[in-house]
Amino acid sequence: MTIMTDPPKESFRLSMLLNDSRYRSLTLQVIAAILLALVIFYLANNVATNLAALGVSISFDFLGAPAGYDINQRLIEYTSQSSNLQAAFVGILNTMLVAVLACITATILGVFAGVLRLSNNWLVSKLMSIYVEIFRNIPLLIWILVIYGVMTVVLPAPNAFRGDDPSASMFMGISAFTNRGVYIPGPEFSRIFGETGILSAGIGWLVAIAILVGSFFGARIVNKRATRIQEATGVRPATLATNLAIWFLPLIAFFIITGLTFVVPVLKGFNFGGGIKIGAPLIAMWLALSVYTGAFIAENVRAGIQAVSKGQTEAAGALGIRPGRIMSLIILPQALRVIIPPMISNFLNITKNSSLAILVGYADVTATLGGITLNQTGRAIECVVLLMLFYLIISLTISGVANVYNNSTKLKER
Amino acid sequence: MSDTSASAVAFVRTESVPASAPPSNAAGPVKWVKDNLFAGVGNSILTVLAILAIYMVLSKSMPWILNGVWDAPSLSACREILNGETGACFAVLSERWNQLLFGFKYPAELYWRPATAFVLLFVAAAPVLFFDLPRKLLIFTGLYPFLAFWLIWGGPIFYPLIALIGLIVAYKVFVAFEKNNFTMALGLGALSAIVIWYLSGFVGENSALLALSLEAVPSRDLGGFMLNMMLGVTCVSLSLPLGIALALGRQSSMPFIRYICVIFIEFIRGVPLITLLFVASVMLSYFFPPGSGVDLFIRVVIMITMFSSAYIAEVIRGGLAALPKGQYEAADSLGLDYPQAMRLIILPQALKISIPGIVNVAVGLFKDTTLVSVISMFDMIGMIRGPIVASTDWNGIYWELFGFAALLFFVVCYGISQYSQWLERRLATDHR
Repeated sequence: MTIMTDPPKESFRLSMLLNDSRYRSLTLQVIAAILLALVIFYLANNVATNLAALGVSISFDFLGAPAGYDINQRLIEYTSQSSNLQAAFVGILNTMLVAVLACITATILGVFAGVLRLSNNWLVSKLMSIYVEIFRNIPLLIWILVIYGVMTVVLPAPNAFRGDDPSASMFMGISAFTNRGVYIPGPEFSRIFGETGILSAGIGWLVAIAILVGSFFGARIVNKRATRIQEATGVRPATLATNLAIWFLPLIAFFIITGLTFVVPVLKGFNFGGGIKIGAPLIAMWLALSVYTGAFIAENVRAGIQAVSKGQTEAAGALGIRPGRIMSLIILPQALRVIIPPMISNFLNITKNSSLAILVGYADVTATLGGITLNQTGRAIECVVLLMLFYLIISLTISGVANVYNNSTKLKER
Repeated sequence: MSDTSASAVAFVRTESVPASAPPSNAAGPVKWVKDNLFAGVGNSILTVLAILAIYMVLSKSMPWILNGVWDAPSLSACREILNGETGACFAVLSERWNQLLFGFKYPAELYWRPATAFVLLFVAAAPVLFFDLPRKLLIFTGLYPFLAFWLIWGGPIFYPLIALIGLIVAYKVFVAFEKNNFTMALGLGALSAIVIWYLSGFVGENSALLALSLEAVPSRDLGGFMLNMMLGVTCVSLSLPLGIALALGRQSSMPFIRYICVIFIEFIRGVPLITLLFVASVMLSYFFPPGSGVDLFIRVVIMITMFSSAYIAEVIRGGLAALPKGQYEAADSLGLDYPQAMRLIILPQALKISIPGIVNVAVGLFKDTTLVSVISMFDMIGMIRGPIVASTDWNGIYWELFGFAALLFFVVCYGISQYSQWLERRLATDHR
């Protein structure tokens, strides 16, 4: 028989800081903190010394000073007399514009390619594999330059559209593909919003979007009521006509009231006027980002569909569900859980990769704030820090949304 | 019982009918075509569209490629030879071949040095990539960085040699003390290396030790595809250990260390590489002591390494998280301390799971090395956009150069990803 006694109480010794697991982690963290503080102090000291030697100090005053350069592609009013801050803001909007456009087309392209890669058709699936491999393995930078080259070298100059026997003609008589960009008919609201221009068209479109959002909620109410009736009686009332009316009637009425017309671009002087101009750099960025990221999304989509086991399809078939419904009710919801997280990180990549716009002269935020403003004012530290801050905010927002989504679609297990 | 026997029946065939060939539409190429290309209306339409697309691409590109001119001094001479026919001017590739590979400033008589380094890279990488090769070859892999540095930059062999000696001594010290305490061994190893490097500083300017030297080439003279390869190889190999450390730090139970790692990783992953390159080109020199003049190549290597280490850390974190908890507990219950558990139990398994992800990061990083052309370094793309297209001889040429660059990158990146798939199959231990 043994007698258990408490071990003798040890008094604290200095060696316990390293040898006792109760204190060791604390010791290590304190050491790490001290080292980090030393490194930061060293770097900050270097920066201060270097800046003092150059005779400059950190200041953000330059943001208020006139920028002094023009920006071709812009979504808001801007002149060369506007401030650097406004230039940066134009850049931010341009970044958002190309990112959103590229996200939409890359998704469409990627889903098509991913689904077709699983097709029974040998030729089509091989063709899609080639597409994916080629675009994934060649740097995006090369794609941007190549597509920009196609835009500027192959397409005709506006001059070619001139004369009695022009060497180039407008596509269907309403759009012109030139080496300066693509000119498409632009909508104009001739009544109510008065003067034509970017601002009034912008307000008009905002109202149109608001109407669409209203229609969306209206349609939801109708559909919910239909579902309620179906659950109570087993018969679903026809909702198609009501839905169509809710979606389209208000919008059409709005367009008629405001007198929506499309202005076709016409050749004036050396260039086209009227309508909307989509500059060659924007198109090059948009297409390059779409086809490049589309290849990555195609892989995700393929992996997602393959991740749903075949037994699911068979089980649904055994329950007598029709093939179309098997896809929409059984396969897609499960595949989407696998597809969406990498898809969101691809959207993030598009946003970050849009910073390559500086290569082709598209005025995104990297080109305005990190390019011309930085070079003209010489405020390297301030510009780069602001630039990083912008991208950081965008990234953290998108990954925050992704986390919320992932948590909500996580398999709820025991 | 019935007494009918076989002989009582009028006719019974004694041998079986030989199997006849399946009908021609149920086997062979006809069936394959029917099943795989024309299985239905929609399928047939897709096939026709695909054939149409292939025809359109080939009918445009094949004459252009096959009719290419490989020997001409300038674009105008090339167009004269073509005489109005479609055809590529591949002559730009043969004429500017060295510039595309080595940049336009690297001394021509020294091209053999980076070329040797490039060939030796395969020898050095082979034992890392293929486990069946003799392990002794790893010694050469260890020597390679110093050899390659000396070949490419030149200068006295003393400097890479002393760096190597320092590391060898540090390793010996580390092995000697490893049994006692991992952390202490690491510290002592680092200390001994620093002592040796410090002592080497006392070697005089005219010492005989500095005599054995190659002609020095400053790093601003590096360029072309060589620069892409150097950045890719250096940054991937440097970022692996850093990425492992960051991943372990992010999993650490010490909150302070964990937060530092999380902030670092999320910050780097949140900004585009191009802003980090801006930091390297315009901002990073402020962080060094005044007058140290760290050159652009090193600054870019620092920033790209930080960039890729954050991504590799995330991949390895995925590998660590994928390991069953039992592995951690088993290591603990065997009485292994943290460094032992990580080195012997956790990391070998976690790294194996992470290989495909790490290779993806490496391929992405290699593609991203082309971004340095934005901060006016003359890598392959920088060479094409700058000195070659801007020259009077080749002004206006476009597709041949970018096609060549695309081909080169495709071969390397596709090769790496095929290797990774082979390795995955090779390392798969679950018998499915």
